[in-house]
Amino acid sequence: MSRLVKLLLFVSVLIANPARAALTIEITQGIEGALPIAVVPFGWQGKAAAAPENIAAIITADLNRSGRFEALQDRDLVAHPSTAEQVKFQNWRMVNVDNLVIGQIKETSDGQYSVQFELFDVFRGKRLTGSTFPTGARDLRRVAHHISDLIYETLTGERGAFNTQIAYVTSRGSSKNRTYTLLVADSDGYSPQTILTSKQPLMSPSWSPDARQVAYVSFENKTSEIYIQDVATGSRRKLATFKGINGAPTWSPDGSKLALTLSRDGNPEIYVMNISDGALKRLTTSAAIDTEPVWAPDGKSVVFTSDRGGSAQLYRVSARGGPAQRLTFDGKYNAGADISPDGRKIAMVHGGGGRYRIAVLDLDSGLLRILTDGQLDESPSFSPNGSMIIYATGAGNREVLSAVSVDGRFKQRLSLQAGNVREPVWSPFGK
Amino acid sequence: MKLKLGSFIVLALLVVITGCSSKGDVKDGDVTIEDRGTGADDGAVASGAAGGTDFSSYSLDDPNSPLSRRVIYFEYDSAEITDADQELLIQHSGYLVANPGQHLTLEGNTDERGSREYNIGLGDQRALSVQRIMELNGVAPEQITVVSYGEEKPAAEGHSDAAWRLNRRVELVY
Repeated sequence: MSRLVKLLLFVSVLIANPARAALTIEITQGIEGALPIAVVPFGWQGKAAAAPENIAAIITADLNRSGRFEALQDRDLVAHPSTAEQVKFQNWRMVNVDNLVIGQIKETSDGQYSVQFELFDVFRGKRLTGSTFPTGARDLRRVAHHISDLIYETLTGERGAFNTQIAYVTSRGSSKNRTYTLLVADSDGYSPQTILTSKQPLMSPSWSPDARQVAYVSFENKTSEIYIQDVATGSRRKLATFKGINGAPTWSPDGSKLALTLSRDGNPEIYVMNISDGALKRLTTSAAIDTEPVWAPDGKSVVFTSDRGGSAQLYRVSARGGPAQRLTFDGKYNAGADISPDGRKIAMVHGGGGRYRIAVLDLDSGLLRILTDGQLDESPSFSPNGSMIIYATGAGNREVLSAVSVDGRFKQRLSLQAGNVREPVWSPFGK
Repeated sequence: MKLKLGSFIVLALLVVITGCSSKGDVKDGDVTIEDRGTGADDGAVASGAAGGTDFSSYSLDDPNSPLSRRVIYFEYDSAEITDADQELLIQHSGYLVANPGQHLTLEGNTDERGSREYNIGLGDQRALSVQRIMELNGVAPEQITVVSYGEEKPAAEGHSDAAWRLNRRVELVY
């Protein structure tokens, strides 16, 4: 009970370093039964008074953010061990934590560090895992997220998705003078990097399967065009500039093709383009709007939005073309699909009763479940481990990002300091 | 019915105008008058529609000209154009036919509800509805460019019916 109440009290998790956080994350709905864990501040051996990053705080925030764990607050830590010899399990049993994380950071040479961590089962008094990572200062946060991934996987059996990124679009200003920005940030909202700024709309970012490139739509030439851009170098290539709509690019699972929407033949249709030579294959033929293609994980089919039946619904078509099969029947508006990494669930914008919310269709059971309770929720995107869905929602007069667990039980909000944030897409694990 | 007949006549007139002016041997005004006479079967309707509609005399800069109205509004999730707006589009068409060097961009827009790329499709359909009426009224396809901004460029901020009504629109940008 107290755990739930504490989480429901809008715990701000990531306000420790607001200058570097474009997004702050607050947990808006907790889960009863989250696993109690203690993450002890890591020991520090180096010239400065403190380590350049608070690794334990990053891990604590990650684990809390997953909805699967509830980390002890610093003031409730009964001891501060940083080596296995210093751990007294009975101390931790008394405060009812199941697991304990300790570690230390050593400055091995100027600007070089060694980060070591260990994870224990408190009740069995057993070390479960641990490792040591050499790193430069720039990658300390990344190492912390990697440790969170290892802890998460050890304790839940499911791969962690903390060491991943999100791409998103922001807009600032009013109708006469708007600025659109495409950004990439760590999955906790830190280290945001602007990869493109424009006075004209930017839309529909999509990650390549190796998480190194992003495809997107830019109106910088007063018409829609599709680009692919290398995130690290910023170099980019214009891929589609046909007459009419060039929209909704998504990368095929093998990385060789884009599914996209073109209206060059009169109205919006789904096409597949070879990235290497630009060759096009048209997948749909209807007088209606066909758009928002997303690939099934096996690359064999594409799910898309069409209003061919009179209102926007989701359909599936073979990646080689052919007849489309309707997938959604509940409600008058189902659009903007994303397919879970295991291919068994489809997240979508579900309209009804004057509201637009995120729903998930379970393809095994055929059941549609509404996960969110906003008025204008849109752009759902699965985390690469399939456990969470990030999406855009209205908050007051602004657009912000939120995330919800796939079972709908756990919710959090990611707020930018100013402006509207939209179209979040969670990166793949990368290679 | 009246409107449809009217637009048909206007279309007929404009086809003649464009046909002739490309030959470069007949003045626009002469053709208009002459054609009004040949449309005798349609009687009062024809003269009513054509009466005083000298499109080429309208100025783009005149705030009192019907051409100063350059936004067409739509119902939710619809690309249908109202009869009143058809009339306006016929007037714009007339101007474009009389000024074949003039170019027009049709910018389709939607309100913020629903998914963004679907709204790009919807904005496109709205702009295409406008384009279709203009081409039926004699405007050359090369004179028109269509671009859909979906919900990306709202004219009115806010999340109310009032804002949404202003954002479901096609803007005629000369």
